[in-house]
Amino acid sequence: MNRIDKKFEALKGEGHKALITFITAGDPDIETTYDIVLALEEAGSDIIELGIPYSDPLADGPTIQASSQRALNKGVKIPDIMKIVEKIRLKSDIPLVYLVYYNSIFKYGIQKFLKESKDVGIDGLIIPDLPIEERKDILEEADKYDIYLIPLVAPTSKERIKLITENGKGFVYCVSITGVTGAREDIETDIEEYMKTVSQYTNMPKAIGFGISTPEMAKKLKDFSDGIIVGSALVERIAKGYNKSEMLQEVKSFVSSLKEVL
Amino acid sequence: MNGRFGRFGGQYVPETVMNALIELEREFEKAKQDKDFMEEYRYYLREYSGRPTPLYYAENLTKKLGGAKIYLKREDLNHTGAHKINNVLGQILLAKRMNKKRVIAETGAGQHGVATATAAAMFGMECEIFMGEEDIKRQSLNVFRMKLLGAKVTPVKSGTGTLKDAVNEAIRDWVTNINDTFYVMGSVVGPHPYPTMVRDFQRVIGDEAKEQILQKEGRLPDYVIACVGGGSNAMGIFYPFIEDKEVKLIGVEAAGEGIETGKHAATMAKGSVGVLHGMMTYLLQDEEGRIMPVYSISAGLDYPGVGPEHAFLKESNRAQYVYATDEEALAAFMDLSQTEGIIPALESAHALAYAMKLAPNLSEDNIIIVNLSGRGDKDVNTVAKVLGVEL
Repeated sequence: MNRIDKKFEALKGEGHKALITFITAGDPDIETTYDIVLALEEAGSDIIELGIPYSDPLADGPTIQASSQRALNKGVKIPDIMKIVEKIRLKSDIPLVYLVYYNSIFKYGIQKFLKESKDVGIDGLIIPDLPIEERKDILEEADKYDIYLIPLVAPTSKERIKLITENGKGFVYCVSITGVTGAREDIETDIEEYMKTVSQYTNMPKAIGFGISTPEMAKKLKDFSDGIIVGSALVERIAKGYNKSEMLQEVKSFVSSLKEVL
Repeated sequence: MNGRFGRFGGQYVPETVMNALIELEREFEKAKQDKDFMEEYRYYLREYSGRPTPLYYAENLTKKLGGAKIYLKREDLNHTGAHKINNVLGQILLAKRMNKKRVIAETGAGQHGVATATAAAMFGMECEIFMGEEDIKRQSLNVFRMKLLGAKVTPVKSGTGTLKDAVNEAIRDWVTNINDTFYVMGSVVGPHPYPTMVRDFQRVIGDEAKEQILQKEGRLPDYVIACVGGGSNAMGIFYPFIEDKEVKLIGVEAAGEGIETGKHAATMAKGSVGVLHGMMTYLLQDEEGRIMPVYSISAGLDYPGVGPEHAFLKESNRAQYVYATDEEALAAFMDLSQTEGIIPALESAHALAYAMKLAPNLSEDNIIIVNLSGRGDKDVNTVAKVLGVEL
């Protein structure tokens, strides 16, 4: 059984919602990524998204763009990230998914990327620039390695949600807004209505992401979903330029404060 | 496999814009069949942009080179100084038809930005142009023109601060303002239906050129040559000749300081297949698919990708893609200015440079059409700087 399914099942049993956290692999450096992942788990994160840094992250706002650029400047490559995941797996069984732009996979080699991901213990992929119509090539390989391609829906998806979530695996990533990633103070979408529409089409666990920056927002949204995704607000804290132990402390206290309300 | 040219093209975009692309495709197909819409488009091309543009026999240049006859398709004589307006008028009319109040666009050299700002001013639409910080420095004149026309020019600092980053930022804006905003894409790039739509709005160049050469020479040309960045002027002039197999189609990319130096934008010569800006095509990228910095003296050609239909024309051997360096383009820029009294855009000078290399090796019976895609006024600062002249 895929770790993602196991996690959602366990949370359901406990009556809790999932806290999904995003960080960019290699920001500030690849060794620290290892420490951050373990800190996230310790503080209560249920699933971790590792962003593979990319030169043209068009679904991301300024915070994650800058984070991606810092990692690229450090010269982080895909094999370095695979190695760190392998090392994390010696210590942790937390579900891990890559947030990866399609060209990284395509150019690296679809089969090679999926095989290596499986070998190091990756459970799923979130590909923000690969709509359902373009997924055929990769879906076959992903199924072969039991790696989940997490389906994404947006407030503009409407009747497309049916097509997108059909045969979907893991959870549905419900993009909260029309827009790119980035911490916001408020979400303008009518989340209740939106999530009702999503639920009409699928029984899969649903997680809401984009813009969520505080425990208060997480608390407001959790009743409409099975999980909350936090990225930019966390990346901002990592980037603040504390020394490493202070940064890890800050990350942990932020994640605990989110977990508490879920 | 909708919107594919062989294996190229497609729709590699965030889910948020998928329904908008589907709607755009549907509206575009309807508009193309709508006589009133096409009549309005042709009206503005004629009355506002000044079409048809002449197919000019460059007699002095031909004699100087001593070979094939060279004709210039004078897209530089369009309103706003380049072919870009053809496509913009089509897309703005479509935006109007779809009741969009705001248009956005990316721009490299600034020509597409100026054309979009111009049409937006005329049709009373809110307009925001995304332009790389580096390009803003290189093309200050066009930045000022856009502002005069009432557009907001937003500098893009991310990535390399050039055209590809301006496209990223325009896509991000579109994702955010998807409900009221129309993205006027400037070249035959991006997700389907843009490459097809932009080609269809640019094919007027080739349709006219074909009719004009038949009138003047009674036959089709042997060569059609155009510069290729994203490739809209080239696609526009190539398209109506694709079925005429005897006509050789040649796209000229920017070789910058030379394709062996790494400082160039010769996507077809040195690139590999990948995905950028919603399309599968040839890209300049590293082994992990990260897009590499590109360079050319001409801001309109330094794009790390190329339209997917060009990728297909290359792979199916229907068109040939070559390149010209900064130095060769500059020489052609000077030559045309002095022999014909026409100052070409640096982009177009790349096409001209290759034609000037080719012509002396051909016989006097051969005919070459060069697409003179834009005028060079915007480039005089750049050229003066290279020549060491203070303005």
